[in-house]
Amino acid sequence: MGYTLDFSVVWHAMPALLWGCVGTLGLAIAGMTLAMLIGIAGVAARDAKAAWLRAVVIGFVEIVRNTPFLVQIFFLFFALPLIGLKLNPTATAIIALGVNGGAYAIEIIRGGVQSIHKGQVEAGYALGLHKGQVFRFIVLKPALRAIYPSLTGQFIMLTLTSSICSAVSAYELTSVAQRIESDTFRSFEVYFSVTFLYLAISWLLMAGFAIISHRFFSYPTR
Amino acid sequence: MTPHFGLPEFGFLLRGLQWTVLLTLVAFVGGCTAGLAVALLRTCGHRSVEWSTRIYIGIFQGTPLLLQLFVVYYGLALTGLKLDAFVAVAIGFTVNASAFLGEIWRGAIQAVPRGQTEAAMALGLHYSSRMRDIVLPQAIRISLPATIGYLVQLIKGTSLAAIVGFIELARAGQIVSNQTYQPLLVFGVVGAMYFILCWPLSWWGSRMEARLALAGQR
Repeated sequence: MGYTLDFSVVWHAMPALLWGCVGTLGLAIAGMTLAMLIGIAGVAARDAKAAWLRAVVIGFVEIVRNTPFLVQIFFLFFALPLIGLKLNPTATAIIALGVNGGAYAIEIIRGGVQSIHKGQVEAGYALGLHKGQVFRFIVLKPALRAIYPSLTGQFIMLTLTSSICSAVSAYELTSVAQRIESDTFRSFEVYFSVTFLYLAISWLLMAGFAIISHRFFSYPTR
Repeated sequence: MTPHFGLPEFGFLLRGLQWTVLLTLVAFVGGCTAGLAVALLRTCGHRSVEWSTRIYIGIFQGTPLLLQLFVVYYGLALTGLKLDAFVAVAIGFTVNASAFLGEIWRGAIQAVPRGQTEAAMALGLHYSSRMRDIVLPQAIRISLPATIGYLVQLIKGTSLAAIVGFIELARAGQIVSNQTYQPLLVFGVVGAMYFILCWPLSWWGSRMEARLALAGQR
């Protein structure tokens, strides 16, 4: 076998790969934003009076959580044009990530809302806080603090999952890597390096989230 | 003339489903064995060993499964071994499973009350019997919901073997979809098959979690 590893192709392709990282982060941020919107709407509908609405939300969560993301993105890729949404692959990928992340966000946000005791809100009013203050200091901040670890973990998961969007050739790191691979035939070198780019992204995200948590949520609770 | 989605196509999907199940089983059994080793090394008490296993786990948790598969798949090809595609992806999933199961069981081992280990040491039990007879049986109980949760992840994860080209359920779906031009029907059926596989496991896992939480309250 006279194969010698040659990482210089990766070095030459570094600008394109770094733009791919930007694409991945953009995909993840857009997907997570949509996921949060679906999550908040879903939590509201999950506890609605109408039984059919509750059933729809529960069904949505179970279906998304028990099928692979790859199948979901293929399904949406063909289903969205049928309902009149003719989108480019990257927009399709954002919707797929949002729908997938939304199902997990519903469960996470629901846990946060349930963690606020009704007595806390009543105590806030008794202390003379007005409605906005009660919502901001007694409901929103502690609820965010409670779900912050799962929410940020979910964001990192979504960032890693976005690599699957290369299957519909959305613009992100893995599809950039696939293009470089097919140009240079250096599969191992390219994918090995890109794996560590992903590792750097998730470590940077983790460090950033830890700093935010330390800045905003490190007050004593009892 | 394009064929419609009928019995032969459904049969093809079912054969893909068989490969999905087989791939999951092989990776799960392999991952359990290697994951136990990872968990034991991660809790062995030697600082350098604990740190290296921690980095091992961190790498698998911080990178996409798809890229791990690519690296293992093309890396094995470089070694000159002519491996079957099934063997190559099975190795990839096994390595991934060893890291995730290792981390789950690390948590479970550490969740067993410290007094249990101390009592076992006071009774003069050496490491292997302390682990085998005292700590691990309790840890397995604690870790069961998370382990089942990972099994569901693994079943869904095997769909990524499709991107490397191995014909399991998701790849079979792509092929049938290209032949019949009925992507919504085909991927709907494929999704339903994954759902039938995963949903009972998810349900079982969350029920067990609720029961363990109740037991913990007492």
